[in-house]
Amino acid sequence: MKLNYRIVVFALAIVFGIVFSAPSLLQTEGKKVTLGLDLQGGLHMLLGVKTEEATKSRIKSIAASVKHFAERQDILIDNLKFSESTVSFSILDTDDTKSVTEFLKEVEGSTIAVNGENFSLSLTQEEIAKTEKEAITQAIETIRNRLDQFGLAEPVVARQGEEKILVQLAGIKTQEEEQRARELISRAAKLELMAVDEARAARVYNMSNADAAEYGDVILEDAKNPEIKYLVREIPILDGGMLTDASMGFDKNNRPLINFKLNAEGAEIFGDFTGRSVGKRLAVVLDGKVYSAPNINERIGGGSGQISGSYTVMEAKDLAIALRSGSLLAPIYLMEKRSVGPSLGADSIRASLVALVGGFVLVIIFMMVYYRMAGVIANIALIANLFILLAVMSLFGATLTLPGMAGIVLTVGMAVDANVIISERIRELIYEGKSMHKAIEDGYSNAMRAILDANITTLIASVVLYAYGTGAIKGFAITMSIGILASMLTAILGTHGIYEMLESKIQKSKNNRFWFGIKG
Amino acid sequence: MEFFKYTRTFNFMGKSKIAMVLSIVLVLASIALLVTKGLNYGVDFAGGTIVQVKYETAAPIDVMREKLKSNEIFSGASITEFGSPDEVVIRMKSTAGSVTVDIGDISREALKGTGNFEIRRVDIVGPTVGAELKEKGIMSLLLAILGILIYVAFRFEWRFAVASIVALVHDISIALGAITLVGLDVNLDVLAALLTLLGYSLNDTIIVFDRIREGVTKSKNIDLTSIVNESVTRTLARTTLTSLTTFFVVFTLFMFGGEIIHAFAFTLLVGVIVGTYSSIFVASPILIWFGFDVKNYHVKLASKAKREAEKQRMRDQYESGVM
Repeated sequence: MKLNYRIVVFALAIVFGIVFSAPSLLQTEGKKVTLGLDLQGGLHMLLGVKTEEATKSRIKSIAASVKHFAERQDILIDNLKFSESTVSFSILDTDDTKSVTEFLKEVEGSTIAVNGENFSLSLTQEEIAKTEKEAITQAIETIRNRLDQFGLAEPVVARQGEEKILVQLAGIKTQEEEQRARELISRAAKLELMAVDEARAARVYNMSNADAAEYGDVILEDAKNPEIKYLVREIPILDGGMLTDASMGFDKNNRPLINFKLNAEGAEIFGDFTGRSVGKRLAVVLDGKVYSAPNINERIGGGSGQISGSYTVMEAKDLAIALRSGSLLAPIYLMEKRSVGPSLGADSIRASLVALVGGFVLVIIFMMVYYRMAGVIANIALIANLFILLAVMSLFGATLTLPGMAGIVLTVGMAVDANVIISERIRELIYEGKSMHKAIEDGYSNAMRAILDANITTLIASVVLYAYGTGAIKGFAITMSIGILASMLTAILGTHGIYEMLESKIQKSKNNRFWFGIKG
Repeated sequence: MEFFKYTRTFNFMGKSKIAMVLSIVLVLASIALLVTKGLNYGVDFAGGTIVQVKYETAAPIDVMREKLKSNEIFSGASITEFGSPDEVVIRMKSTAGSVTVDIGDISREALKGTGNFEIRRVDIVGPTVGAELKEKGIMSLLLAILGILIYVAFRFEWRFAVASIVALVHDISIALGAITLVGLDVNLDVLAALLTLLGYSLNDTIIVFDRIREGVTKSKNIDLTSIVNESVTRTLARTTLTSLTTFFVVFTLFMFGGEIIHAFAFTLLVGVIVGTYSSIFVASPILIWFGFDVKNYHVKLASKAKREAEKQRMRDQYESGVM
């Protein structure tokens, strides 16, 4: 027995494999392979963003600020309207033209048209594009914030492609939990404080939406009872963008409610409005539904308020999270969803393990019976290969999916290929009457080119699969690629090292049957 | 143990005409199947919804159908057994775009009273995502083939590359034909299996080609057919053994891997058999038919060696300062 560089490298590789695969195998401390959602159960969603809505809400808030500006400066304006990307209004006194124009110029990315007393402000194409882009970025941020507070381990929220959002939630155990998560993600959480149009409120039940629009109003339903309707001014007093905090609290009857705080600007607007509107009603509108419409008894300073409604503690908590993490600028919709229950994941793990062990045992026995000692050596390489594969995956924190498991099973079948090629070459040379030593050395060098070419082409296919694959399929490409690379190390270098180490023994014994499973 | 002791060269190429007929028949039959019956795209590519339901006892499929009629969301839904009698999948073409309204919940509600069941999986793939996955899938197949073509042309010769690609197209057509024949759903996993098959079949072909290359380079013999016969014979043991070990594992995967991995394993099962066959009976004969000229190749090799020698001589001269 003598040491050689090959056996040393191989031994190091085995130690590496055992040490770094241990955390995953024995569930001890350290970097582990993560199980894919298809194996541990969980929710995978691909979400789209209705970006055009972001532009609309931007325009709406510009309209609100125009209104507030005019009220503060005592400028009388009329016909304040907004469409997809334009706000228009007229002023009664053209002396104000200058100050109004000044104010409008502050709005970024807009073009202003003034025609006598008529003003119109439109967002530029670039600004619309920018707004839409921001809506996606903001949606990702918001969803991430919300999920971070939801209490699941390591939620994944990432941009996929230009305008899609990938959300992956592992470890969702029950249907209720999934439902909660989905509601939390998709909730717009758009808070608006709106003035009730007291002059026409009495007629709300006889009005159509078009009638209301004519007065610059909208009809909104009550959150608890859709039969109850409110007529409110379409342009809100302020919206959730000025919210700084929201938390769950309880009212005097111990029912959950939500306390919110406004920033300085919001507090000022809120104070101004309530001071002007004593005796009128203020509608607290969340996602287009009126939660309450209390009478304003006095000017409310300080900028805090409450949203009461009949929700459970859990609902109130989630709602506070949603409000706190900010509203979605644009609604999101579902493009793809895959949810796997934990029991199915467990079944998949069991089934693929049975296949892995079954295939493994078959291959091991076959190699031993067919090649005798050469087979045993190939099997050592195969086992080392599996350890190294698992170790590399653990180190990279790679995700093991069901197709990934299939990839490992396949690696077992294909990793022995290199050893089959080598052993056959060696056998051939022995048939030709070469010495054992010569047969082994030439066998390896003859086989090398074929093994390299064959593995590299398979690797090309795996890399393409990785680049173009999605989700679980990527897991397959990863295990295949690592398996191929590991097999080159173990099957070519490792086994060669073992033969070199055993060379004197092989030379002495001259038992071809024992070593290579052939007669003579 | 020895199955194949190399004693004499088998005349594989003598059988290549029969093999050719067989291959053409199989490929044409597959194409005919693909054209007439068509691939059965699953939700991954076609878009749609899948709800997998597991009952404690055998699933009452008829009762389920009746119950699902109550909600028009399920119009056009099909219910089929999935792996075992107590597990079924409901398939629909429609997809819901709402994040909060969940088809899983709707199904649970609709199926109330049909026994004790659990909804284990809900897959919804919207039409845009499906179309995108399909496009990406086709692209990945083409790119993989292209990459391999370039590599083989670079390492061997262009005729080898073309011959191996013909063998690949042959294998994939027949695998697709088999999938169509048994009516499997084509999803992402089948695509992964096809790409694996691509790599695997090529693996086999390259081992044989490597022997042919070796034979062409080393032997004085210029008869390509006899070189091919000898190379195929000499690699026969390896081809069979590796196919056998791969077949073992794919077969266990097919038998015990569970219903979800079934289509994947089936595709590979067909692939292993066809891939092995094609490396012997498709790729090699094509090389001969393309008129790979051994004599010419020898000349090329010789001139290449000469150029190398010339370069070396120049380099030596340059290094020793003699120009």
